[in-house]
Amino acid sequence: MLSITEKEAIDHEIGLVPHKRATVIEALKIVQQHRGWISDESVAEIAEYLEISPAEVDSVATFYNLIFRRPVGRHVILLCDSISCYVMGYKQLYTALQSKLQISFGQTGPDNRFTLLPNACLGCCDHAPALMIDKDLYRDVTIEQLDDILQQYT
Amino acid sequence: MERPLTRNIHPDRPPLNLKEYERTGGYVALRKVCSSMNPAAVQELVKDSNLKGRGGAGFSTGMKWGLIPMGDKAAHPTYLIANADEMEPGTFKDRLLLEGNPHQLIEGMILAAYAIQADIAYVFLRWAYHKAAGLIRKSIQEAYDAGYLGKDILGSGFHLEMHLHTGVGRYMCGEETALLNALEGKRATPRAKPPFPQISGLFGKPTIVNNVETLCCVPHIVNNGADWFKGLSYSDDGGTKVYGVSGKVKRPGAWELPMGVTMRELIEEHAGGMKAGCSLRGVLPGGASTDFLTTQHLDIKMDYKSVAAAGSRLGTGTMIVLDDSTCPVGFVHNLQHFFAQESCGWCTPCREGLPWVEKILLSLEKGEGKPEDLELLQLHTQYLGPGNTFCALAPGAMEPLQSALKYFREDFEKHVEHKKCPYD
Ligand code: SF4
Ligand code: FES
Repeated sequence: MLSITEKEAIDHEIGLVPHKRATVIEALKIVQQHRGWISDESVAEIAEYLEISPAEVDSVATFYNLIFRRPVGRHVILLCDSISCYVMGYKQLYTALQSKLQISFGQTGPDNRFTLLPNACLGCCDHAPALMIDKDLYRDVTIEQLDDILQQYT
Repeated sequence: MERPLTRNIHPDRPPLNLKEYERTGGYVALRKVCSSMNPAAVQELVKDSNLKGRGGAGFSTGMKWGLIPMGDKAAHPTYLIANADEMEPGTFKDRLLLEGNPHQLIEGMILAAYAIQADIAYVFLRWAYHKAAGLIRKSIQEAYDAGYLGKDILGSGFHLEMHLHTGVGRYMCGEETALLNALEGKRATPRAKPPFPQISGLFGKPTIVNNVETLCCVPHIVNNGADWFKGLSYSDDGGTKVYGVSGKVKRPGAWELPMGVTMRELIEEHAGGMKAGCSLRGVLPGGASTDFLTTQHLDIKMDYKSVAAAGSRLGTGTMIVLDDSTCPVGFVHNLQHFFAQESCGWCTPCREGLPWVEKILLSLEKGEGKPEDLELLQLHTQYLGPGNTFCALAPGAMEPLQSALKYFREDFEKHVEHKKCPYD
């Protein structure tokens, strides 16, 4: 069941648009914020609340890169794999992260601390290579800095 | 040299709050418009200024606004949307404006909304710009509190609501009609045109979508006039442009300069030239979906017409530099991977063709390429070219590929001949 807080936040969004199904992306964002990811159950609950089919909710949920349909760790590392970061050496960063965390793209470590995902351009190509952990952006990242950066996330 | 858009932006200091923005002349344009100009006059002024859309397509902004039905017969609500989605790899210029001076964008949006008599405005912000999201949310509130948003703005009888929408990561949201679908809570697939969004856009109502940089120009045009704006430029296109350079240059970054500075000035002066030990081989002048230019083009002017005449597009004016230590095949493979991944899957040539292109490039890189692969790639640049797909994503993806096949052909051939990447 959607929690009271989730419902209130979704209701606020519904108030801003002509019909409530238009809030499905916002609803997914809200639920993900509270639960970390979107389970089949969450899909069904959102569908019921917005009076649309679960398939419709799922078609939207699976379309957007930052809606997670599988559980993620406590922190999500998004490593930019787009062109400026490619030129500036994201692959070396990826190799270093893989060996430090013992996970590859798409995986979560057994301690559930990090999920490592590739991500298209983070919009700071002038400071490539870049990565983002949760909402924190790191720019001009070097392999030497990785330990210090990771250490901030427990 | 005047830099109206970035004069008050100091990346090492927090952005201007409302009071500071007002002190630098902020919201004067809005006062002027509310007290002495009708919507048609604002549209006319912007048309005269020769402002062209800075999101990539370069269409006249005044003309675009002119397509909105006005007067008693017009359908309402009418929407104005700031396209702050900017997700093309190598493109980062709007971040400077969003983080540096959010009120400038908001004032530009209110002015644009006034010109088309919009009732509701959205900032459609790229998800990765978390810092900008906080700033914009705060600035919108400040504008409401000051009476610049909401009911009866500055006693003019004009009402406007403004909301922030943050995306959830999909390149397609930058496409005008796909963005509308995303705002309606749908998959961001593009819509068939006509009807154009100006007639039937968000929720079926008249809608204008403008890029952030475009909207930021508007307050300055209102304050200083169309001729002043045209005079800022070195070319026929009015105004300044926020240009950017990324890649192996000494000082990657973004700078506001007169429209029409040369590529050489951008790379050699502003970006400080190439990093020690590298030399320049190619440039994507306006983001990942533009054709390569090479050293022979260094003296062209970076404006819409000149870049087109050289065989590419100005796009967003944010250049990505290819140096001689980077494999052009790997470079293009990286771009095609992005486009294949971000294809919305709506039409077959793009959905099936881009992964195929990506696979061919991967096998070339691994040294498993065959001579006929180059032929296949060439064919794809036609099959996925303009007119064969539903939207511009696939043709855009083919631009760097086709020009790489033209300018760096020997690199592709070497991969096949030597059965390995010569840069490894
Ligand atoms: S060209 Fe690609 S992105 Fe555009 S509609 Fe077709 S499948 Fe979607
Ligand atoms: S390409 Fe990595 S941040 Fe833009």
